Amino acid sequence: MISSVFIAVACLIGLGFCALVFKRNLIKIAMAIVVMGSAANLFLVSLGYRENAIAPIFTSAPELWMVLPTPQSLTLTSIVISLAVSALMLSFAIIIYRQYGSLDSGKRRLSE
Amino acid sequence: MIFLAEHAPVLAIAVPLLAAFLMPLLGRAGAKIRNLVAFAAIAFAGIEVALLALNVLANGVVTYAVGAIAPGLVSPAGFPVRIVMEIDALSTFMAVASVSIALLACVYSMQAMKKHENLDKYFALMLLMTAAMLGMVFTGDLFSLFVFLEILSIASAGLIAFYSGRGESAEAGFKYLAVSSVAALMVLLAAGFLYSQYNLLNMAALAGAMRFSFLDKFALVLLASAFALKCGAVPLHMWVSDAYGEAPAAVSAMLVVASQAGLYALFRVGFTLYGSMPLIDLLGLAMIVLGVLSMFIGVTMAIKQSDIKRLMAYHAVSQTGYMLLGVGVGLSVLGNAAMVSEFGFRAIQGGLFHVFNHALYKGLLFFTAGAVFYVAGTRDMNKLGGLAHKMPYTAVFFLFGALAIAGMPPFNGFASKLIIYESVFEFSPVLSAIAMVVSLLTLASFVKAFSGIFLGPKEAVQAGVKEVPIGMLAPMAILAALVLLFGLFPDLVLEWLVNPAVNALLGQCGYIGAVV
Repeated sequence: MISSVFIAVACLIGLGFCALVFKRNLIKIAMAIVVMGSAANLFLVSLGYRENAIAPIFTSAPELWMVLPTPQSLTLTSIVISLAVSALMLSFAIIIYRQYGSLDSGKRRLSE
Repeated sequence: MIFLAEHAPVLAIAVPLLAAFLMPLLGRAGAKIRNLVAFAAIAFAGIEVALLALNVLANGVVTYAVGAIAPGLVSPAGFPVRIVMEIDALSTFMAVASVSIALLACVYSMQAMKKHENLDKYFALMLLMTAAMLGMVFTGDLFSLFVFLEILSIASAGLIAFYSGRGESAEAGFKYLAVSSVAALMVLLAAGFLYSQYNLLNMAALAGAMRFSFLDKFALVLLASAFALKCGAVPLHMWVSDAYGEAPAAVSAMLVVASQAGLYALFRVGFTLYGSMPLIDLLGLAMIVLGVLSMFIGVTMAIKQSDIKRLMAYHAVSQTGYMLLGVGVGLSVLGNAAMVSEFGFRAIQGGLFHVFNHALYKGLLFFTAGAVFYVAGTRDMNKLGGLAHKMPYTAVFFLFGALAIAGMPPFNGFASKLIIYESVFEFSPVLSAIAMVVSLLTLASFVKAFSGIFLGPKEAVQAGVKEVPIGMLAPMAILAALVLLFGLFPDLVLEWLVNPAVNALLGQCGYIGAVV
C-alpha cells in the first residue's frame, strides 16, 4: 500500500498542474507553481522519514536512530528557490497589470 | 598560477557570482568601473575555463570536491561525499562556447544598453547567467544541476523582461519563468526518485549503481522531458519565440547558450547516467523524432514572421533540431559497436560541432538584429528597408550569419551540417533529405530577411540611421571572423574540441571511474 504522503504529493501536483493549464488569471498561475513546488518539497522531506526516529541533531541526542538529514537540506534549498521564483513571477504580474490594465492571460499582445 | 589551475572549476563559477553581487555597489562608483569589473570577471572565468580545458585534454576527467581540504579528496571512504564537480571534455566544450559568447555579449551590452537605466541589475543578472551556465556544465551532482538550472532560469527571466516599460517583455518573462519552473520541478522530482532508491545524488555514482527499475525509467522520462523543454525542442518550444524575441539583443545571444546548457544536461542524462540501460536506443529515437519536428516546424513558423528577432528565435528552434537529430542518431545506435564506428561517432560529432557553430552564428545574427534595433528603433521588417546603404558593416555581418545558418560553404554551418547529412544518411536517407529541405527553407527565410532589411532604394531608409558604434561592431566582427575560420579549418576544431567531447560522451566508464 502506498503511503498516504505520496498520494497527497500526487494530488497536489495534479491540482497545481490543472490550475496552471486551465486558469487564466496570472496570479492563479503563479499560485499553481508555488503549490507544485510545495508538493515537491513535501515529497523530498517525506523521503527521509524513518519510523520512530528523532530529529537529526547529534548533540545530546538520546538515541542514534535519526531521520535522514540530506533530504532536509535539499528541501531548504528548494524552498528558497521557490520563494525567488514566486517573487519574480508576481512582480512580472504587477508590470503586466500596470501596462495592460488586466491580469487575464487571454488578453495578451504577443501573438504567433 | 598553480592555485588558479588547481581550483579552476570553483573559481570559474565563484568569480562571476561574486562580481554579480558587487555590481550595485560598483554602480555607485560609476558606469565605467562597473563595466570594467563585469568584463574582467567574465574574462577571468574564460581564463579558468581555458586552463581547465587544457587540463582535461591532457589528463582526462577532472574531479573536484567542493569544500574538502584538498580538491582531489572525492571519495575518501570509497563512496563520493560532498558536492563533486566532474569535468570531462564535453563539459569543457560547452563551457568554452558559453564563456566566449558571454564575454562578447558583455562587451556588446556595454555600448548597446548605454541609454537605459538599471544597468547595475542588468550586468548583475548577466554575470549570474554566466556563473549558472558554467555551474550546470561543471557539476557532477544531480541536485546541484537542479540548483544551477533554477539560477539560470531566474536570471534569464529577469533579463528577458528587462525592458520593463513594455508589457510584452514582462509577458514573455512570465511565460518563460512559468515554463522553466515546471521543467525544474520535474528535475527535482526525478532527483527525489533516484535518491529514494539509491541514497546517492552524484551522477557518476548513480550511473554505476543504477538498476533500471520502473522508478528509474520514470525519472528518465521526467529528466528527458524537462531538458527537452529547456532546450526548446518542439513540441515544447512555445516559450522560445517570445523569450528570444523580447529580450535585449545581447541577452538573446546568451539565451542561446543557456538553452544549449539544457541540451548538455539532456546528453549527460542520456549517455552517462542511463548509458548502459538496455532500451536506451528508445531515447535516441525520441530525440530523433523531436529533432525532425523541431527542424521542420521551427523553419516553417519562421518563414511567416515579420519581426526580425522572432524569426531568428524560430530558426534557433530549427537548428536545435539538427543537434538533436545528430546526437539522437548516435544515441540510438549506442549499443551496437559496429554502427557506432560506422556512422554513430560522426553523427554525434556533427551534432556537437553544430552546437558550437550555432552559438557563434546565432550570436552574430542576434547582435546584428540588435544593431538594427539600436539605430532604427523598430524590429518590424515591413517598416525597414535599404539599410545597407547606411550600415554596410552590419549588412555584411548579417550576410555572414545568414549564409552560415543556411549551411553555405565556406562558413561553419556548412561544415557541421555536412557531417550531420552524411552520417544521418547511413542511418536513414529520409531524415537526411528532410534536413536538407529544412536548410533550403532556412536559406529562403534569410534571403527574405536580408532583402527586406538591408537591400532596397536609399529613399526607404529612415532618417537618422547610421552605422553602429565600434563597441557593437567589434563583437560582431570577432564572431564573423570565427564563423569564417571554423568553416575554413573545421579539422582543427574537430580534433581539439569536438572529438574529445564525443569520446567523453561515449566513454561512460571513464566518467564513473573517476569518482567511484
